[in-house]
Amino acid sequence: MDGRFADALSRLPDYLGNHVLVSVTALALGLGLSFPLALAALTRPALRTLLLAGTSIVQTVPGLALLALFYPLLLGLAAFSERVLGLGFSALGFLPAVLALALYSMLPVVRNTITGILGVDAAARQAAIGVGMTEGQALRMVELPLAMPVIMAGVRTAAVWVIGTATLSTPIGQTSLGNYIFAGLQTQNWVFVLFGCVAAAVLALLVDQLLALIERGYAVRSRPRMAAGAAGLALTLVAALLPNLLSAGGGYVIGAKSFSEQYILAALMQDRLRASGLAAGRRDGLGSAVIVDALAAGDIDAHVDYTGTIWANQLKRTDVPPRGEVLKEVGRWLKEQRGIVMLGGLGFENAYALAMKRDRAEKLGIRSIADLAPYASGLSVAADFEFFSRPEWKAVREAYGLSFGRERQMQAEFMYPAAAAGEVDVIAAYTSDGRIAEYDLVVLEDPKQAIPPYDAILLVSPKRANDQAFLAALRPLIGALDVETMREANRRASTGATPETVARWLEEKIGRQRQGTELSDP
Amino acid sequence: MLSPGMAQGAAIAVENVSKRFGDGRAALASVSLAIQAGEFVAVVGPSGSGKSTLLRLINRLADPSTGTVRIGGIDAASLDPVALRRRIGYVFQEVGLFPHMTVAENIAITPRLLGWDKVRMAARVDELLGLVRLDAGYRTRLPHQLSGGERQRVGVARALAAGPDTVLMDEPFAALDPLTRDALGQDYRALHDKLGLTTLMITHDMVEALGLADRIAVMLDGAMVAEGAPAAMIDHAHPYVHELMQAPRSIARRVDGLLAGKER
Repeated sequence: MDGRFADALSRLPDYLGNHVLVSVTALALGLGLSFPLALAALTRPALRTLLLAGTSIVQTVPGLALLALFYPLLLGLAAFSERVLGLGFSALGFLPAVLALALYSMLPVVRNTITGILGVDAAARQAAIGVGMTEGQALRMVELPLAMPVIMAGVRTAAVWVIGTATLSTPIGQTSLGNYIFAGLQTQNWVFVLFGCVAAAVLALLVDQLLALIERGYAVRSRPRMAAGAAGLALTLVAALLPNLLSAGGGYVIGAKSFSEQYILAALMQDRLRASGLAAGRRDGLGSAVIVDALAAGDIDAHVDYTGTIWANQLKRTDVPPRGEVLKEVGRWLKEQRGIVMLGGLGFENAYALAMKRDRAEKLGIRSIADLAPYASGLSVAADFEFFSRPEWKAVREAYGLSFGRERQMQAEFMYPAAAAGEVDVIAAYTSDGRIAEYDLVVLEDPKQAIPPYDAILLVSPKRANDQAFLAALRPLIGALDVETMREANRRASTGATPETVARWLEEKIGRQRQGTELSDP
Repeated sequence: MLSPGMAQGAAIAVENVSKRFGDGRAALASVSLAIQAGEFVAVVGPSGSGKSTLLRLINRLADPSTGTVRIGGIDAASLDPVALRRRIGYVFQEVGLFPHMTVAENIAITPRLLGWDKVRMAARVDELLGLVRLDAGYRTRLPHQLSGGERQRVGVARALAAGPDTVLMDEPFAALDPLTRDALGQDYRALHDKLGLTTLMITHDMVEALGLADRIAVMLDGAMVAEGAPAAMIDHAHPYVHELMQAPRSIARRVDGLLAGKER
């Protein structure tokens, strides 16, 4: 059996359980909101129009954006509730995912409930009133049962949508089957991507068919069939949730952004904690903006960030002082403004740097960004989804008078091969990325120092600031990783090794270094 | 045109009732009709004549714009419409049965709304199936598994289920083939007599009215143009009544001729 497949399989109980939990909760909430609203709208044409328009608009918002929008909304709400009621709650992960998915599930249910009931033969409704039913009895005993096939079709559509879209809740910190897809995409682990897609599809199909069984049982008035369908759903739920309930995780939570270096470092921190006898879970695939808020709020306990990112995104600074000064200033700001503890730098930088294919750079005689400027209008540049909207991109363009012919955003994994293949001319590469060497790219110098330094720093949440066992377990990582080591680690991850395997390799390497220093110490 | 004394003792009395629709069109213009307990009255008229509206006023599926409807001497406007409908049987045209309920459930619907217990409902369903001449095997069938005639027998049984003394019938047999229609009509008339019901039937078919009713009222354009015993229809002066009587008349003549020829 392929090692990656075994690895994927070993994560299934966690990912599937969380996926089912978030989907079921969202669906229950969605149905709980949709039915009363749809029924209320039956006799109120204005509300009906509003409701159908509202749910349709929600539907046009891409699933990922909808999920992402709920995070800041809840963050504000959580802060408000903490201040006013003294009752805080986690704005990350489960809650925003459930709310967004519930909203997403409403359109098919609302629409089908309304059209189903309005579509009931007028003669049947008239007969119901004629034999002496009240409005409520007519709805319950005649209209709802007759509209049931249409309503159930809506419920089935909603269930399939929610289960599918729940894969997108990974970037806002909710573990789901999407963890396979996002992590797989980042580490070019196509077994993972496929495994996640297939698992989500199988789950959606299974639930759809069980709902169909209930619907069919209802239509032919077969209690056994309805019972079988309901039992199947219950069984699916229990089977998915049981492993998680049994291994009540708890413990520390390590956060990671959505690229392989982050996965490796999170796995490394997890290993360190385990070695010290501390249980630690993971929140993978968090967005750059989300992760600092999550750390400050204590939703995660630690993660690795980069000074330049904090400098630009959090401090909103565009000036670029020397490396050490940025590090000190960032540490001070995090402590004062967010209560976050900067444990220290890991020892390497993962900066943005403009890189080109070597032969092309040599042909044009480009060695620095300044050399690039005259050619830029005829060249295309590619970067990840973040870079073009970051302040340092603006700073670089202004400092060197750069204006590229074309800007393209793509998944970081596809950027390097695209540059190597000549599909794009310049990329915003990461300096610790092993693929710079692998694809024979040259990093352009930045003589005007427009791009800030990006020291990898280990950050700890305010609530763990005095947790000595926790801090002691992580402290050996400070200053332990040089850029060559990290590049090699990233290279290994990009060529098929799992982040966990690479983390173990790093752990051994760090262990050997430590022994080496201890031995050389008199 | 209607003596006050007659209306007072009537099971159903419609007194000078007018009904306007939302668009101002008059569905009924000052219509009066009294039905005595035990009577079988047929209202005949073309579609759009207001006869269905008249029927719907009686169990308050509609309320009059002006005028009064009295049930057993009491102003219907003062009665709870839901309770009123539960004590008046109603036979609907065509799709009156609930498609998702079995025959037994359809028949027992009004008793169920009245809160009868299961044993009493089951016994009542058996009794009614007997009355409308369907065997007990029909209990668990669904409406779509029945013929048109069987469906309407179930419709009649449902109307009678809670033991009403008044039954309203809205073109009950119109969608059936002539043989079935005749058999069902005669069966119902027998039930009407046996159970001592008061029946108001809407129809557009004068032949059916002549064959079943004690009294016939003819409506045209929201007004009552004729009213009386079947015999009074034969030489009625109103041109529309005359027109309505042409078909029965020519059928009668033809059948008479055929019978006379055969006897000779």
